Amino acid sequence: MSTVASQKRGFGEVLWDYLTTVDHKKIAHLYLIGGGFFFLLGGLEAMAIRIQLIKPENDFVSAGFYNELLTMHGTTMIFLAAMPLIFALMNAVVPLQIGARDVAFPFLNALGVWLFILGGILLNLSWFLGGAPDAGWTAYTPLSVTSPGHGVDFYVLGLQITGAGTLMSGINFLVTIINMRAPGMTYMRMPLFSWTTFVTSTLILFAFPALTIGLFLLMFDRMFGSAFFDVGLGGNSIIWQHLFWIFGHPEVYILILPAFGIFSDVIATYSKKRLFGYTAMVFATILIAFLGFMVWAHHMFTVGLGPVANSIFAIATMAIAVPTGIKIFNWLATMWGGRIEINSAMLWALGFIPSFTIGGMTGVMVASVVADYQYHDTYFVVAHFHYVIVGGVVFGILAGLHYWWPKMFGRVLHEGMGKLTFWTFFIGFHLTFFIQHFLGLMGMPRRYWVFLEGQGLDTGNLISTIGAFFMAFGVIVMLVNVVYTAVKGEKAVADPWDGRTLEWTIASPPPHYNFKQTPLVRGLDPLWIEKTEGKGHVTPAEPLDDIHMPNSSILPFLMSVGLFIAGFGFIYQVDYNWAYILLFGGMAMTLVCMLIRSLKDDHGYHIPKVELEREAD
Amino acid sequence: MADNTNSNKADSFQKQKNKEEMQKQLITFALMILFTIIAFVIVATGVMDAMFVIPIIIVLALVQVGFQLYYFMHMKDKGHDMPAVMMYGGIWAAVLTLAGLGVISWW
Amino acid sequence: MSHDHSLNPETMPNEPEKATLEGKNKFLGFWFFLGGETVLFASLFGTYIALRNSTADGPTANELFGLELVFIMTMLLLTSSLTSVYAMYHMKSNDFKKMQLWLGITAILGFAFLALEIYEFTHYIVDYDFTFRSSAFGSAFYTLVGFHGGHVTFGLAWLIAIMVRNAKRGLNLYNAPKFYTFSLYWHFIDVIWVFIFTVVYLMGKVG
Repeated sequence: MSTVASQKRGFGEVLWDYLTTVDHKKIAHLYLIGGGFFFLLGGLEAMAIRIQLIKPENDFVSAGFYNELLTMHGTTMIFLAAMPLIFALMNAVVPLQIGARDVAFPFLNALGVWLFILGGILLNLSWFLGGAPDAGWTAYTPLSVTSPGHGVDFYVLGLQITGAGTLMSGINFLVTIINMRAPGMTYMRMPLFSWTTFVTSTLILFAFPALTIGLFLLMFDRMFGSAFFDVGLGGNSIIWQHLFWIFGHPEVYILILPAFGIFSDVIATYSKKRLFGYTAMVFATILIAFLGFMVWAHHMFTVGLGPVANSIFAIATMAIAVPTGIKIFNWLATMWGGRIEINSAMLWALGFIPSFTIGGMTGVMVASVVADYQYHDTYFVVAHFHYVIVGGVVFGILAGLHYWWPKMFGRVLHEGMGKLTFWTFFIGFHLTFFIQHFLGLMGMPRRYWVFLEGQGLDTGNLISTIGAFFMAFGVIVMLVNVVYTAVKGEKAVADPWDGRTLEWTIASPPPHYNFKQTPLVRGLDPLWIEKTEGKGHVTPAEPLDDIHMPNSSILPFLMSVGLFIAGFGFIYQVDYNWAYILLFGGMAMTLVCMLIRSLKDDHGYHIPKVELEREAD
Repeated sequence: MADNTNSNKADSFQKQKNKEEMQKQLITFALMILFTIIAFVIVATGVMDAMFVIPIIIVLALVQVGFQLYYFMHMKDKGHDMPAVMMYGGIWAAVLTLAGLGVISWW
Repeated sequence: MSHDHSLNPETMPNEPEKATLEGKNKFLGFWFFLGGETVLFASLFGTYIALRNSTADGPTANELFGLELVFIMTMLLLTSSLTSVYAMYHMKSNDFKKMQLWLGITAILGFAFLALEIYEFTHYIVDYDFTFRSSAFGSAFYTLVGFHGGHVTFGLAWLIAIMVRNAKRGLNLYNAPKFYTFSLYWHFIDVIWVFIFTVVYLMGKVG
């Protein structure tokens, strides 16, 4: 009995620990659990879509439900799966790579993760409260304004809350990377994943406010009777499209740039070579980010912006292929002549290069305005963006997870299962999406819930659905692998991959203060430099001393809960007056928590030197 | 705590510098008020064509904002490289947004 | 504890807001936040510019706006910007009482601005029947100017909170960054207002 009691208290303690944590490594776990859960949910939605399209005029799901499925699949995968999973890796790795003890704003970091989790839950509760959003992940007006029920309201509030969290995390990483690098870690010595995190964070900073405003306008139109998109009162639907894509296009670079960073680190490590063209890689990243802001209207070619606007945006779009090409060749050149070790992480990187190149090539095809009138809203576009987002971002996340799993959890993922996941997922991915290029060219429109017999679309769709099952199998194997590793996995040493960067100089998983003594960085790939010079460990930059740490706090969680409650208030005040209680109560809760945070001094605490000495070795 | 500042002689150089800085701030403020008055007067009296007025008042606003950023918010001082980078990044994104919404929303 | 002592030094450094790592982080993070706010307001301005002629047979900008009120509001806000500069000047010379005095004046000017803005909005609603729902122009106008007004309100609440909190204990290295980031925020509100009076009111009058 006593053991049960102690175990129970143990669970309660762990829960409280995670609810109040401000440690970037635990926050990474939260992002991974949240993002992983929504990834599975989005995957289930995708499977339902593919089963519906397995044969002509199928009736597996109703038309209305199909609209909800495809809207939620897109929204979930972008905002609630891909972004959080990337944040999981950033949180787990970036402070270690730059030799920092924590992030610049641990409190905001915790607030960011809770806003994401509660915003995601709010959005998905729509399934049980009268139907999910059904206006597509882009929520184009006037469809999204006139869509009946509360589905789109959940979309607006859920994304608003999640987006606020993302913006905070972006600022947090910017300041962390600028202010908290270890001595000697100059900008041009940072590992590529840290660099891409930095550039991505600037994109978040400048792109998300446009989404915030777009969502506010949509919210005001739906809930408070304003007329931004009401043509009868002089409104204009194109405003939504601009705001959405001013955010939406940088968003795809927000997703892909960290993946580029992951591949750069993974390929260099497993090729046992320094990254080829490091400087070119850094500047290519910056150039992609810069150009990425000037191309949003290529999503709007068929709106009728006129030939001048269309041409400008087409040329800017094609220009992005240049820095991206530089990156592809640099990865190839890194592997050239290297001592390549092929394991599951490296397999994802190797699979990425051809897959992403196909996606990039079709990208240039759709960037050509004249041809785009043919491709627009067909499965060709669906195939294109799945090639870049799955073939780029998802492959990147999976490579990163296999690579850094030992650092995050102290155990190495099972190699055989890792390879099985790769091969089934990789084959399934190409089976699913390659054929969709041709379905699109044959004229199959996207977002339709059925297609007709005898139009030459049957076989292609069947193949595509079979491929989706392969991918699902791969994901299940991955899940089994995670559980197996947690129970029986091989314990990880500090440096299981013969690594090159600072995160491999400390234990797996690292102690909560990361570095007992801040490391002294003597060049790019600091650990590798010490290895080649026969030392094998990095010199500390400071004598052992007290370590300053931030205090845990429940306030981030409570603030997010306040906004979550207020979200329901906003949605239901249209129908019921009592919902104002939720609205004002929730907002008050958040604001009071902010006030407490502002007024109550929080100096953190110190880990005394003696304790650190006791922990030595 | 407050009384030991006066005894601190080493700071007198810094104090002098702060004073000079404050004089610059006052000049900045006077110029800002002047620009504001010019903008309002041009519009209120209607002495010019709309075609000229709009560019002029926008330029006056931009100069004024430059004063705010560089003097009042100290962007001219050292240690403001990254803030300047991110402000200009924001301004660049803002210009694109304004161009998109202002020029190609109606056609 | 040793760190409490280190936050209350015998003599204040020249830039107390950036003397600690936390202060440096706050300083930088807040500037970046303002960079993001630039895009936020640009989106609102862009929407307003696109919709400023969409009056749907309701009142137009030229009919509504009166320059006298806007001029007074502008002077109040510009002056409050200068008073917060004075407050920061006294923070650097570690004169807490004078800093609080100038911050108090800033708050009063801010409240006066806010009162006039509320008066202005009620005037439009009552006398012209011009609301958030009248036309796309109405929606865009109230949203843009209201977002700015919301920022002023939040800023005033923030200012009063930190003034009251620190009234007894004076300035130290822990709260100096808080005062400094507030002053940045307040200047930024002014920056936005400069564009509002130019783009919304003056350009509205010109047509």
